[in-house]
Amino acid sequence: MSEGSLDTFPRLLLQHAAVRPNHPAIREKDLGIWQSWNWSRVSAEVRSLACGLAELGFRRGDSLAIIGDNRPRLYWAMTAAQCLGGTPVPMYQDAVAQELEYVLQDAGIRFAIAEDQEQVDKLIECRERTPGLEHIVYDDPRGLRHYTQPFVRSLDAVEELGRGARQSGFIDAEIEQGKSDDVAIMLYTSGTTGKPKGVCITHDALINAARGGCGFDQLTADDEILSYLPMAWVGDNLFSYAQSLVAGFTVNCPESGETVMTDMREIGPTYYFAPPRVFENLLTQVMIRIEDAGAIKRWMFHYFMEVARRCGAEILDGKSVGAGERLLYTLGNVFVYGPLRNVLGMSRVRVAYTAGAAIGPDLFRFYRSIGINLKQLYGSTETCAYVCLQQDGHIKLDTVGIPAPGVEVKIADSGEVLVKSGAMFKEYYKRPDATAETIDAEGYFHTGDAGFFDADGQLKIIDRAKDVGKMAQGAIFAPNYIENKLKFFSYIREAVAFGHGREMVCAFINIDIGAVGNWAERRNIPYSGYTDLAQKDEVYALVRECVEKANAELALDPALCDSQVHRFLILHKELDPDDDELTRTRKVRRSFIGEKYGVLIDALYSGKTSQFIETQVKFEDGRSGKVSADLRIEETRTYPPATAKKAA
Amino acid sequence: MQGGRQIGGVVLGMEGISLAFGGVRALQDVSFDVREHEVRAIIGPNGAGKSSMLNVINGVYHPQQGTVTFKGKKRRDVNTHEAAEQGIARTFQNIALFKGMSVLDNIMTGRNLRMKSGLLAQALRLPWAVREELQHREAVEQVIDFLEIQAYRKTPVGRLPYGLQKRVDLARALAMEPTLLLLDEPMAGMNVEEKQDMCRFILDVNDQFGTTIVLIEHDMGVVMDISDRVVVLDYGRKIGDGTPGEVRGNQAVIDAYLGVSH
Repeated sequence: MSEGSLDTFPRLLLQHAAVRPNHPAIREKDLGIWQSWNWSRVSAEVRSLACGLAELGFRRGDSLAIIGDNRPRLYWAMTAAQCLGGTPVPMYQDAVAQELEYVLQDAGIRFAIAEDQEQVDKLIECRERTPGLEHIVYDDPRGLRHYTQPFVRSLDAVEELGRGARQSGFIDAEIEQGKSDDVAIMLYTSGTTGKPKGVCITHDALINAARGGCGFDQLTADDEILSYLPMAWVGDNLFSYAQSLVAGFTVNCPESGETVMTDMREIGPTYYFAPPRVFENLLTQVMIRIEDAGAIKRWMFHYFMEVARRCGAEILDGKSVGAGERLLYTLGNVFVYGPLRNVLGMSRVRVAYTAGAAIGPDLFRFYRSIGINLKQLYGSTETCAYVCLQQDGHIKLDTVGIPAPGVEVKIADSGEVLVKSGAMFKEYYKRPDATAETIDAEGYFHTGDAGFFDADGQLKIIDRAKDVGKMAQGAIFAPNYIENKLKFFSYIREAVAFGHGREMVCAFINIDIGAVGNWAERRNIPYSGYTDLAQKDEVYALVRECVEKANAELALDPALCDSQVHRFLILHKELDPDDDELTRTRKVRRSFIGEKYGVLIDALYSGKTSQFIETQVKFEDGRSGKVSADLRIEETRTYPPATAKKAA
Repeated sequence: MQGGRQIGGVVLGMEGISLAFGGVRALQDVSFDVREHEVRAIIGPNGAGKSSMLNVINGVYHPQQGTVTFKGKKRRDVNTHEAAEQGIARTFQNIALFKGMSVLDNIMTGRNLRMKSGLLAQALRLPWAVREELQHREAVEQVIDFLEIQAYRKTPVGRLPYGLQKRVDLARALAMEPTLLLLDEPMAGMNVEEKQDMCRFILDVNDQFGTTIVLIEHDMGVVMDISDRVVVLDYGRKIGDGTPGEVRGNQAVIDAYLGVSH
């Protein structure tokens, strides 16, 4: 088959089943052992699943909700739906019932596939108000034996139904009918503002994005990826689904969310993808363990990390570095970087990407300096996460690289980044108004991000266009940039900066309970929980030190000197997607927080030294309660531009 | 969701059990029974004789009077080893695990009774010993999967938080594939979330494997939620027996728990 006829995912699957039937397509760790399915088995599984779905009444144009962790059968269900000309709609597995309900109703979904009892329970709850949901199918039968509802059945039963009823020619005919401009997948955007919208992406667009990416980084069938990110996220769809089906490489599903670190070490992926927060968490864990290590190991770590900081990234980029430094780096590689990469499960990583949010430059440098080829890419759900990519050897800390093959990027007069490519979404589902708003007459998609091209033609993203503001004295205010500076400190988990239209910048801080808790334990500081720990004098002093370091760095940049944080407070609760403060991808919902914590912002700017606050919170079991505290507000040292160098 | 489970006939009968340590009378003429597949709770204030009762059931103590009938057979002073061979497993109030050993190895000890190959065969890794170990490892993996502790296989038990150690203790008992599982305060010292998890696991074990469960627990909410029948002890005597609802309304039980003026 020529590439031209491989224009839908089911056709790609058939091709792999024919060309490399025995090559592992997907693995899953079950009962402690990695089970693998080769392409020919996957093809057979998808066929029987598709037949079963057809038997239940799934028709061309129907949508199939998919909810759960990354499981092989859930991926197969996606292809099965596509075989029948339907659209899979993956959903975030930690979404609460109301969120699911919204999507189920908006997309008019009749069929849902759930991973386990937890998800089935949510769907059953949804069904009370969403009678359109006709079938719920589950993968893992545990705890579901006594569910007698006629609309709940197991995937096994559905496959059985399919195997018995349909001829093998049926699926081939269905696949034959598929067109490249059919909607291959519908993803609901996390929606930093307003209700989520269904982004419809065609086979053509997603395959274009995947082919472009595979070509750019020379991905082949021999690569390995660990797929542990939510299936509802465009990144997982591009990397674990589309690119795997284009290049034919192996997807590995971890045993459970908690075992990702171990599973990653066992698999040793060659191709790795994670949003910045995962890299952040990994670094925090490393730092905690180093602090607990013996004096010699600690000294070695700090000494060689200093060497890596000086020359590691340059060596990775193939730039010239002095012989002495190179020798030290080689030693460091033996004693520190190699073992560290091994602990992180990144020994075999050839290409690693991060996207989803801007990554702190320091965090980025850390990974590159220990020899991990971490690169940034830029994209969004609407652009199939495929706009800009960084080329090997041309990595800059603060850019997202050059426009990817086949993508045209221009900057609007307002500073907004505009994109036109063959990997573009078709429309927002049933929202022509919103579609018209973001795609202009010339076919450019308005990303909503502010950025510019630097001298080398690399795109630099500063912030969300709507978040970038001006301070009262006229200086530019890019909250994300400041927050990322703060979040690089392992003690700070989340930060929200304010400053638009104000004379100075103030910030809310969330401490990292793991890192600060460990720090407190080592100093014999007792605490009962997050709220208590957050308000300790010692913790405030610790955080103030971090904020002041960030200030010193901000003072170095003339454009951002005014963005130094003057006053801050530590929030009494962790910002949480369940309370709508963060999106499911853990981006701060700025305006919502601004409203919810209005009194705290007023207190920050009114010179008060403390403020009482009571907040409603949702617990993980669905109940809600109240958290209240008297929050201290602290001043921090700021630096004039001239003396900043010394202080830093 | 307990509808699918059929509670059967009496599997364990305790008849007129009296146990004394010198002058201390730990149990006095206590009789009750446990039916197949049910969750049976033993409750009572501190020192009521609950743990002694469990110890009688699994053969740690031998009562001076009374008879124990297990699976229809009268039992005469069995020791713990024999009780285990008959299919009685238990967890302990103060976790009885090997702290320095990994979670996996700890759970493997639960298979010990079922291993046939000798020490030498295992040490030399003879083919049949290896084959047997693989079989047992598979059974252990089922338990690990069931209790969702995959992330801790290789972790030494001593490094785990308390709630997880309790879960490993349960895993070790389950690895024996018991017909009767004795749980001594499975939820003591846990936070609300850990308790909820543990409740779910206990109910799942009962439901999935049909294991009969006798448990001692102080958290009344938990007891009332998960048990089919409750027996109440006070100062070594039985003062109540029945469904959670019946026991809750029993005046003697209320007095024992809240105290009564004399």
